[in-house]
Amino acid sequence: MDFSSLTFLAALPEFILIFFALILVLVAAFARQSDGHMKTVRTISLVGYAAGFAALFLLPQGATEIFNGMFRIDGLTAYMKGLVLLGGFFACWLVSDGWGEGIDRAEFHLLVLMAILGMLLMISANDLISLYMALELQSLPLYVVAAMRTGSLKSSEAGLKYFLLGALSSGMLLYGASMVYGFSGSTGFTEIAASLTTGDISVGMTVGMVFLLSGLAFKISAAPFHMWTPDVYEGAPTPVTALFAIVPKVASITLMLSVTYNALGGMAMQWQQILIALSVISMIVGATGAIMQQNIKRMLAYSSIAHMGYALAGLASGSIEGATSVVIYMTTYVFMGAGSFAIIMSMRRDGAPVERISDLSGLSSTHPIQAAGMMVIMFSMAGIPPLAGFFAKWYVFLAAVDAGLVPLAIIGVLTSVIGAFYYLRIIRLMYFQEADAPLDKGGERNNRLVLFASLAVILLFFLFIGPVHDHASSISGALASFS
Amino acid sequence: MISSWPILSVVTYLPLLGVLFLFLIRGDEASVARNAKRVALWVSGFTFFLSLNLYWGFDASLSGYQFEEQADWIGKTGISYHLGVDGISMPFILLSTFLTPLAILASWHAITHRVRDYMIAFLVLETMMIGMFASLDMLMFYLFFEGVLIPMFLIIGVWGGAERVYAAFKFFLYTLLGSVVMLVCMLVMYQMTGTTDIPQLAAYEFAPALQFWLFLGFFASFAVKVPMWPVHTWLPDAHVQAPTAGSMILAGVLLKMGGYGFLRFSLPMFPDASAYFAPMIFVLSAIAVIYTSLVALAQSDMKKLIAYSSVAHMGFVTIGIFTLTEQGIDGAMFQMISHGLVSAALFFCVGVVYDRLHTREIDAYGGVVDAMPRYAAFFMFMMLASVGLPGTSGFVGEMLVLVGAWKAAPWVAVFAATGLVLGACYMLWLYRRVVFGKAEKSEVLEMPPLDSREIAIFVPLTILVLWFGVYPSTLLDIMDASVSTLLSQLNGSVLSASLR
Repeated sequence: MDFSSLTFLAALPEFILIFFALILVLVAAFARQSDGHMKTVRTISLVGYAAGFAALFLLPQGATEIFNGMFRIDGLTAYMKGLVLLGGFFACWLVSDGWGEGIDRAEFHLLVLMAILGMLLMISANDLISLYMALELQSLPLYVVAAMRTGSLKSSEAGLKYFLLGALSSGMLLYGASMVYGFSGSTGFTEIAASLTTGDISVGMTVGMVFLLSGLAFKISAAPFHMWTPDVYEGAPTPVTALFAIVPKVASITLMLSVTYNALGGMAMQWQQILIALSVISMIVGATGAIMQQNIKRMLAYSSIAHMGYALAGLASGSIEGATSVVIYMTTYVFMGAGSFAIIMSMRRDGAPVERISDLSGLSSTHPIQAAGMMVIMFSMAGIPPLAGFFAKWYVFLAAVDAGLVPLAIIGVLTSVIGAFYYLRIIRLMYFQEADAPLDKGGERNNRLVLFASLAVILLFFLFIGPVHDHASSISGALASFS
Repeated sequence: MISSWPILSVVTYLPLLGVLFLFLIRGDEASVARNAKRVALWVSGFTFFLSLNLYWGFDASLSGYQFEEQADWIGKTGISYHLGVDGISMPFILLSTFLTPLAILASWHAITHRVRDYMIAFLVLETMMIGMFASLDMLMFYLFFEGVLIPMFLIIGVWGGAERVYAAFKFFLYTLLGSVVMLVCMLVMYQMTGTTDIPQLAAYEFAPALQFWLFLGFFASFAVKVPMWPVHTWLPDAHVQAPTAGSMILAGVLLKMGGYGFLRFSLPMFPDASAYFAPMIFVLSAIAVIYTSLVALAQSDMKKLIAYSSVAHMGFVTIGIFTLTEQGIDGAMFQMISHGLVSAALFFCVGVVYDRLHTREIDAYGGVVDAMPRYAAFFMFMMLASVGLPGTSGFVGEMLVLVGAWKAAPWVAVFAATGLVLGACYMLWLYRRVVFGKAEKSEVLEMPPLDSREIAIFVPLTILVLWFGVYPSTLLDIMDASVSTLLSQLNGSVLSASLR
């Protein structure tokens, strides 16, 4: 294998994250546990994400495959990596010093850094083997951080559930991968795609594809593979939930994008059916499941299921417009997730974190800025114009209509109305009701940067939609099915 | 006259600038409230003043769009930033800018908590309303059309009455449900034509079979907004619970968005479907006129009564639009503007006595004329305008609609005229019960007379209603060229359809 400078440059963000992860290992092992210890650790990982983000601009232009075709970089992967690193930065920023849920440890930041590294590799995976390895590198640290609050039964339960179902999905994915390998004769995406251009699609290939997509559907928590999501969201420590809500789905859906568009582009007719089904079920489950929730993390879990349903609707259209819409959707998704968790993580009463939806009541009189921010985010998630969430949905449904999937678009808009109901419920609590017991003041200071950054993007997205769309459209053109 | 500055953009976004100012106000609660009210009033007043330039600069002899502004927005995707007005949209913009300062003035003392937030909501609402009428791009139109929901939801929900949460949710979800169906149709149209530019779409000839579905999709949205029977039930709830100023804007401008939508989208873009569905609209509107008038008769709540009367009056509007005749459309336009002024004034009439007695029950009043003679005079004038007394703007609109309806389908005119009689019944009866009679309740007699602020709200409304009543050409001349163009488009298309 040749480690030319090109190789090094193409994987620069990943190398940077490895470098910072190693530093964290050393810090965790040898540094003295003083008061400033956690601050140092956090700063190191923040710098790591920032450096990784900066390195994205040094990547070679155009599509390149390195490591014998296992690792692919192009405009799309660079963009999605940027989103992941940004999400990682936000999630890390939100973990304030005094969270004190047993996660104030160097290991936490180390594990998250490793998980983010795994996500970057997932995005660039161009081979079934690198796909699986990257996926596991992402998953294993996340299993651990979900269970990190060792004293809490719920956290342990969340970790265990996540692990068991994650392992099951990995197994399915692996089985699917082996089928695909068996029937195409190769693990490389390029070779698989080439094998599909000639002759009929064999049944084995279809079976393999179904298992492969099912495994990936677990990772993005698309219904009916969503069962772990609400429990894990609820049980995991809130900073971990924030991480789950913001980042992994960006990587997983990009992986889904490259598997379907790059590797299996030749059998679009087959996977389109599956993605449509996943999309419809996710939209319905997400919209209806959230209505009855009392815990805000659970509610956001269902909301994320619905969001994945919308993103899948874009993916299902199987066109450049579809890929473009997924890119735009995930862009807004990261900011909406980060903003909402910036607020949830500042919800404390008498110093202890609270997470019931009713705890938000009267927020507008006690914390006007937080409440206004949450309102904007909720309207955006509901897809009300002129906020960012609307444009995301516009492009997703446009792609669906373009591909002739008008019924899918109709189901999508109808479920978004159902979804609006529970987003409005939060606004109602914050604005139409008075507080029973006000939340603590001052907890929001640390999260302000993330909140304001997200709000700026959500509110002003209509100004950037032109450039964002053009860029998303041009990088989606780099996907193998279209080039 | 082509003005050199982007007048439409300025008028549209000026209220948002006011919002920025409102954010900057500092001080204790009382002074913030006082200053917020002043800033909002000045900003909305100045917006109105600037919007008058649209009137002065408007060339009524031209049928196309004027004050056009176009700029790139989303790359080369056929979606652009496109503003412009014609004779159909310009009066609505003036209506919006005219009513907003009055609404702000109307809430001067009625709103006591979160005054700053309230004013922010109103100014955002104003931007959304103006932007919606000024948009010549379908996506922009949708942004503003839906964006209206956010401030209105908050206005009803935060500053509304006892049942405000239910009313706000119902308002929001009903309207959203209608609008998302329209959104899908917009996507289909965009996908087919590759543009969201409204003038281009109006020139595009959609296949009649497709028009059928697209019309229904847009109808779902506009019918809820108008509102037409049977999807009108959100309106009484929203009106009763909304604060006075919210009702004024809701009845004055927001209901017109549906009628405007029919004129801007349904008629020019789906002419065949419009002609095809006109009988259905007639039936629904005739039911609305008769049924809601009867319901209005049975109300014991003043605001609810006027809300139902709005549904009946908007029934006239939809009849007028779908007669597809010049008189009908002119009448519908006139009726919308007139109803905008009259219903705003009537809701303010309710608000005036509500501020004094804190009840909207009709039975709680009686003999108001003794305590508030000036109020009784204004109320009577507006009540008669609502009934359609000749000499008021209400008469012109209803008259034209009836003429148009007679030409298109005489039976509709018969039902609509019956509605007029019923309208006179419930309005006169309301007036008798509230204003006349013997004042037996001491609290009614102790009500203070109108103060100068309230008179300042009534006077401009009264002048306009009277002016449009005796000299309707002011308005009709502006609309004439645009309505003729619309009709020639319609007739050409319907004619070609009948030849096919």
